[in-house]
Amino acid sequence: MKKALDWLNNRTGWRGLLKEALYENIPGGSRWRYIWGSTLTFAFFIQIVTGVILWMAYSPSSQTAWESVYFIQNEMWGGWFIRGMHHYTAQAMIILLVLHTMQVVIDGAYKAPREVNFWFGIGLMAIVMGLGLTGYLLPWDQKGFWATKVATNLVAAVPFVGPDLQKILIGGTEYGHQTLTRFFAIHAGVLPGLMIFFIAGHVYLFRRHGITPKEPLKGKDEGFWPEQILKDAVACLAVLAVILYFVIRHHGAPLSAPADPSEQFSAARPEWYYLFLFQLLKYTSAFWGAIVIPGVLMVVVCLMPFFGKWKLGHRFNLGLLSCLMIGAMLLHWLAINEDANSEHHQHALHDAHEKAERAIILAGAPAGIPSSGAVSLLQKDPKIQGARLFSKHCASCHRYDGHDGTGSGTTVKILLKEGDSIASIAEDRGMTIDEILQKNSLDQDQVKNGIQLKVNFKPSAADLKDFASREWLERLLIHDHYISPEYFGGTKFISGKMSKFLKKLDESDAEDLAKVAATLSAQAQLPYQVEIDAQDTELITKGEELLVDDFACIDCHQFVEPDDEASAPDLTGYGSTEWLTAIIADPAHGRFYGSKNDRMPSFGKDNKLTEIEIGLIVDWLRRDFYEPDEGTNSRAH
Amino acid sequence: MSDEKKPTEEQSRRGFIKFWAGILGAIAGAFPVLAGLTMVLDPLRKTGSKGKLVRVTDLKALSNDGVPRVFPVMADRTDAWNKFPEVRIGAVFLRRTDEDIVTAFNVSCPHLGCAVDYSNSSEKPEFFCPCHNSQFELDGKVKNPDSTQSPRGMDSLEVDIQKLEQGEVWINFQNFQPNKPEKIPLG
Ligand code: HEC
Ligand code: HEC
Repeated sequence: MKKALDWLNNRTGWRGLLKEALYENIPGGSRWRYIWGSTLTFAFFIQIVTGVILWMAYSPSSQTAWESVYFIQNEMWGGWFIRGMHHYTAQAMIILLVLHTMQVVIDGAYKAPREVNFWFGIGLMAIVMGLGLTGYLLPWDQKGFWATKVATNLVAAVPFVGPDLQKILIGGTEYGHQTLTRFFAIHAGVLPGLMIFFIAGHVYLFRRHGITPKEPLKGKDEGFWPEQILKDAVACLAVLAVILYFVIRHHGAPLSAPADPSEQFSAARPEWYYLFLFQLLKYTSAFWGAIVIPGVLMVVVCLMPFFGKWKLGHRFNLGLLSCLMIGAMLLHWLAINEDANSEHHQHALHDAHEKAERAIILAGAPAGIPSSGAVSLLQKDPKIQGARLFSKHCASCHRYDGHDGTGSGTTVKILLKEGDSIASIAEDRGMTIDEILQKNSLDQDQVKNGIQLKVNFKPSAADLKDFASREWLERLLIHDHYISPEYFGGTKFISGKMSKFLKKLDESDAEDLAKVAATLSAQAQLPYQVEIDAQDTELITKGEELLVDDFACIDCHQFVEPDDEASAPDLTGYGSTEWLTAIIADPAHGRFYGSKNDRMPSFGKDNKLTEIEIGLIVDWLRRDFYEPDEGTNSRAH
Repeated sequence: MSDEKKPTEEQSRRGFIKFWAGILGAIAGAFPVLAGLTMVLDPLRKTGSKGKLVRVTDLKALSNDGVPRVFPVMADRTDAWNKFPEVRIGAVFLRRTDEDIVTAFNVSCPHLGCAVDYSNSSEKPEFFCPCHNSQFELDGKVKNPDSTQSPRGMDSLEVDIQKLEQGEVWINFQNFQPNKPEKIPLG
């Protein structure tokens, strides 16, 4: 063995190289404060390894980027782990860079003759920030897409060449395939290449000038190998442990919904280490906030080695660095604080989370991701779009489990008009006076005409949650419920024929009416009732007898048998896809409410909604959409 | 004299070699970089569209209440080598303020391109950008110029009058360069 190594040494001189690399003298001995450079090199090593592995599975195009990242994160062995490592190590690098810079400045290691090395360090920091920025886009999710849109629009603020520069960067005027191919090439080729060059230069210059020992020296000299390397290795493992903690805790890295330029993403924020710049742009124009101020500060920082020569230069530099750090932290804190206190932002985050989760569920559904990409999954999903269309078109009258379909809209603002009293409003809205005062944080004596009050929404048509299900119909057939705002209490049918008919029935009929409800509900063929419908054939047949004979519902309603004389809404196929589609398209059709139609608009007939849109609402109301089986937990973030 | 001449000849010979070694080496080294520049600069070839006349919705679908509503804009889209027929290329706010008056705004914030939201949570309804807090009046003008960093109001889009009379909302959909005081079509 030794012989072979000797031979190799003779031919290559590897021992000399190794010695050169490892036997650096450290005046005063190894110290913990010298670890930062090594931890950074280690972090960069992790990034190269995990990056190349991710590269093996990543596909940069607007139809495949999100899709391949989804696949990495949710399907591949170790995918989430490697992706998480890459994600959190990137952030660790930023923190380590800041610590390293602080150590260098505090110890005076930036001063002559190490100016150039200091600049190499600044260059490295810029490269790492660039890697973070370009990497953020690569998953092509909503978060990356919108943040990058802002970042690249900032490029356009560069005087004269800005717009052209932006075009070159994003590969044209619109974001798409070539934005991704370019960003990926920059992220995985250009910047890492530059980084290796800079690290080589940085380490070379560091070795040329030697370490800057912290005075007073602690002890006698030691070597880089093994004393300092032992400390470095411990530090690297500690860094790794922190990274792993985050990777495991968050099960990899977040992935929001697929990028969609037509889909507002109000939760758009850059990666946290850019938040201070983001916040700055709220106070200054883009030109100042993104070009001039950061540019000037960069130049000032680069001049620090020269300031260091002045008598009080070092103190000045320490002050300067502290100011920069405090300024950035302050801006960062302002940004976080503002978002935490903004109802709007919290709502947006919730919405983003929901869509991310749903996109991942749909991508993992048996139907899978179509070749046109995942962006259509959410666009065609009844669960997301049905709720949204409902809130936009139906929730001005109807409710869904008390809300507007998307979980909000329970509160509205009204003007306290002449003649209104808070008591009358309270009664109208089904609230107590105290509730109103509390909701508006008002005192009784602050209430006066013209004031705007937040009050509960008052529905004027039925709550359609679980529409046509057994429970929903059981309740409908009880007069007290029928005339409540939950059903027809807000419509003119509160005193209609059906209401009068139900009023004549009493508690003794309840059991039979429940059977009728089961029969009627079976007409809907609701996906979530398929099993009990199939089980209860006996009950359903019994209910049909009651419906047709005992209660004689068919005196007014058509049921199964065609009946031209029916004067009430058709109960054949009640709540089925066909029935619902037809009633939403035209409730004033003779088959439904005819000329007695209250206020329900004819959405289809009047082209207020397209067929596709009505279909989405119908499927959503019937919960006719993909849901994963209980137990298969999603891993969305 | 002849003693001095010799080294000069040698010198000039070496000078000649240095000169050409430098030049030829530089040409060889620069060639792939410069040739590559053409492809890197290729995006400059692309010009944006002049705008596309697209149908957004039926007039009846738009309540005559002055409340802005978001509609997706569907059109054919070319993305490098792909053509996508009828996909969502963006979104607009439509606002109907009278029987036959509809205004349209691109949702893209004229500040830095985030999607603007409609908000009625404050005293007066407004457009509000969730990124850098720009605020706009419902007619698109900048509101609170002190805190709004956007150099111009929301980008209004042309609504086709004739189509409107026929009961349909068609707009000329366009994106504009953000962060400029004037509206410059992208491209
Ligand atoms: C006297 C005539 C009459 C009888 C009998 C009658 N209904 Fe009705 N029903 C109506 C009318 C009319 C409406 C429409 C609302 C109105 O005008 O009051 C209605 C509405 C309904 C609705 C709500 C339809 C919708 O839009 O969701 C259901 C469900 C219903 N009836 C079921 C029944 C059942 C079940 C029976 C028998 C137990 C029955 N009705 C008996 C006249 C009748
Ligand atoms: C302007 C108020 C209004 C709007 C908006 C409205 N509806 Fe209605 N809807 C009603 C009223 C009132 C009724 C009672 C029957 C009637 O008058 O047609 C009704 C009845 C219905 C019914 C019959 C069953 C029942 O129990 O009420 C369904 C289903 C329905 N609406 C669905 C929708 C959907 C879906 C939308 C949105 C696309 C919508 N409605 C929008 C007012 C409205």
